[in-house]
Amino acid sequence: MTDVLVVAELMDGGLRKNTLTAVTLAKQIAEGTGGAFDIVAIGEGSQAAAAEAAKYGARKVLAAEVEGGYVAERYAPTVANLAADYEVITACASTYGKDLMPRVAARIEAATISDISGANIDGGAVTYVRPMYAGNVFGHVKATTDKAVVTVRQSEWDAAAESGSASPVEDTPVESDDVADKLEFVSLESQKSERPDLAEAETVVSGGRALKSGENFENVLEPLVDALGAAMGASRAAVDAGYVPGDLQVGQTGKVVAPKLYFAVGISGAIQHLAGMKGSKTIVAINKDKEAPIAQVSDYFLVADLFEAVPELTNKVKTIKAG
Amino acid sequence: MKILVPVKRVCDPDNANKVKISDSGDDVTSEGLEWKPNPFDEYAVEAALRLNEKAGTTEKLGETVVLSMGPSDVQQTVRQALAMGADRGILIETEDSELDSAVVARALKAVVEEEEPDLVLLGKQAVDGDSNAAGQMLAEMLGWPMATFAMTLATDDGGESLTVGREVDTGVLTLKVQTPAVVTVDLRIVAPQGVKNGETPDDHAYNEGARYASLKGIMQAKKKKIDSKSLDDLGIETGLTTEYVKFELPPARTGSCEFVETVDELVEKLNAAKVL
Ligand SMILES: Cc1cc2nc3c(=O)[nH]c(=O)nc-3n(C[C@H](O)[C@H](O)[C@H](O)COP(=O)(O)OP(=O)(O)OC[C@H]3O[C@@H](n4cnc5c(N)ncnc54)[C@H](O)[C@@H]3O)c2cc1C
Ligand SMILES: Nc1ncnc2c1ncn2[C@@H]1O[C@H](COP(=O)(O)O)[C@@H](O)[C@H]1O
Repeated sequence: MTDVLVVAELMDGGLRKNTLTAVTLAKQIAEGTGGAFDIVAIGEGSQAAAAEAAKYGARKVLAAEVEGGYVAERYAPTVANLAADYEVITACASTYGKDLMPRVAARIEAATISDISGANIDGGAVTYVRPMYAGNVFGHVKATTDKAVVTVRQSEWDAAAESGSASPVEDTPVESDDVADKLEFVSLESQKSERPDLAEAETVVSGGRALKSGENFENVLEPLVDALGAAMGASRAAVDAGYVPGDLQVGQTGKVVAPKLYFAVGISGAIQHLAGMKGSKTIVAINKDKEAPIAQVSDYFLVADLFEAVPELTNKVKTIKAG
Repeated sequence: MKILVPVKRVCDPDNANKVKISDSGDDVTSEGLEWKPNPFDEYAVEAALRLNEKAGTTEKLGETVVLSMGPSDVQQTVRQALAMGADRGILIETEDSELDSAVVARALKAVVEEEEPDLVLLGKQAVDGDSNAAGQMLAEMLGWPMATFAMTLATDDGGESLTVGREVDTGVLTLKVQTPAVVTVDLRIVAPQGVKNGETPDDHAYNEGARYASLKGIMQAKKKKIDSKSLDDLGIETGLTTEYVKFELPPARTGSCEFVETVDELVEKLNAAKVL
């Protein structure tokens, strides 16, 4: 019997959808071992988030209200305290989960098992599968400690479906630690976009260094992104050059995506980029160099100058979508 | 400020698709691949050097100590960081198989207690295991505040605190952190204006990326001190918290790449495949 605690991620006063991938793992472990899973919603607006989290079949949902912006030092003590009742503590491997969860693990002297793509349950024991070496090796790993702190790679897991009933919601006390006085949340600057979330979109169009400027992203690539109703991504080179913000970076060290359709426009396909998109169902490259390594993972490769091909493709897509 | 930078060596990240699995499936082998410093750790060394120098001069504002854990030849990795300009090295000799993020964090904690740095600056992740955990675990074990995924780093109040811009999923999150602290760095920390130490002129622009070792740097590095210790010397608990039971290669993508020359052809194919 393995009991699991899911640490929800809160956003804009509600539950961030990526939490539901960790719920899927929790359900799988609870069902596979005859245990139960609970969810804790911690942060500002925990009640509203807990009410949403209550739709997914947890035994109970805990709400811990912590004011002010997120800092791991303010959340870890409460999560670690709750962890006493669970063998597995899990969250999505977003930057939130990656920041908070190892801190929790150290606090309870548990193993950290990051960014898993799968889990196998055999007679109550859980073995986790995780991509390593930029997705070129899958390691099967177990915790040797009594407890494991596990983060889940969003692109590899389905979001849990609603269960049709509501879990009871309880308030839970907030623990604190003096270390939280040693830092201060200053600000979170986000660029709001009307487009779908990169990690959740069904279609992603990414641009690379070949776009040459932020204006070209706007004038050449974005019309295609919008015609497809897609999310926009980028290579590291495009981010480093300042064409687009860092939160659009797809790759080993950026966001890992696995949409139904991925366009790599003017991207060579370095190992670190492939690590973030090669799980996509259909991959289309637009590149003037036939030899570019992106071909190794592409299904279709348009050998062309993007500045000519992308506007033409945009018009054709618009015509198709119109009807 | 005194800064400790742990540097891991990893097999050539640009050839990570050439690593192999042993026949038994219980080992990853990187034979034939060169060892390189973990790129994020190289960036951490660069950031530490920027924090500890008066930009554009040879004047130093603090000591930068680099540390690597692994078999004795990781000495090479330490030397490389010394050649970039770090002042002193620490080598913790052990087998790679004795290490996971928790053991690394425990060992670093023991070193921090001896060295008492104001800042531990790490890479956000080692690109072989891709764990992204040691820095956070270290911070918790020390009871220090942390800022992970730093893309900008500025010293305030003469080093009493740091303002860190963190690259997060939803944008840039800024924290003000008192020292001593743990900071893990992301790719953009080595942008020309990424690091400011209070003495850096506002308009100073560094070259993009981590600096190369100069010939002079390489010569000097040979004379710099490297202290060698074992995990035992540190008196820490050494048991692994994780056990890898097997490794496998990911399934190859099925299907081959179809090349097309015109947008019409592409659209036709995408339509036929019903993906548009
Ligand atoms: C530690 C580390 C982590 C990294 N993490 C990531 C990561 O997470 N994500 C990531 O993307 N990268 C990452 N990288 C960087 C990666 O190694 C590559 O440098 C980067 O992906 C290259 O970006 P690019 O393909 O846009 O540029 P380039 O490699 O310069 O490729 C540009 C491509 O555009 C094509 N092209 C040029 N002009 C045109 C045109 N007019 N029309 C059509 N095609 C054209 C060229 O043929 C070429 O293939 C990382 C690197 C390191 C060291
Ligand atoms: N063997 C090692 N030697 C020195 N530093 C290490 C070692 N392993 C991990 N680190 C440090 O911890 C960071 C995070 O590693 P990881 O948690 O393994 O992704 C790395 O970027 C290094 O700074």
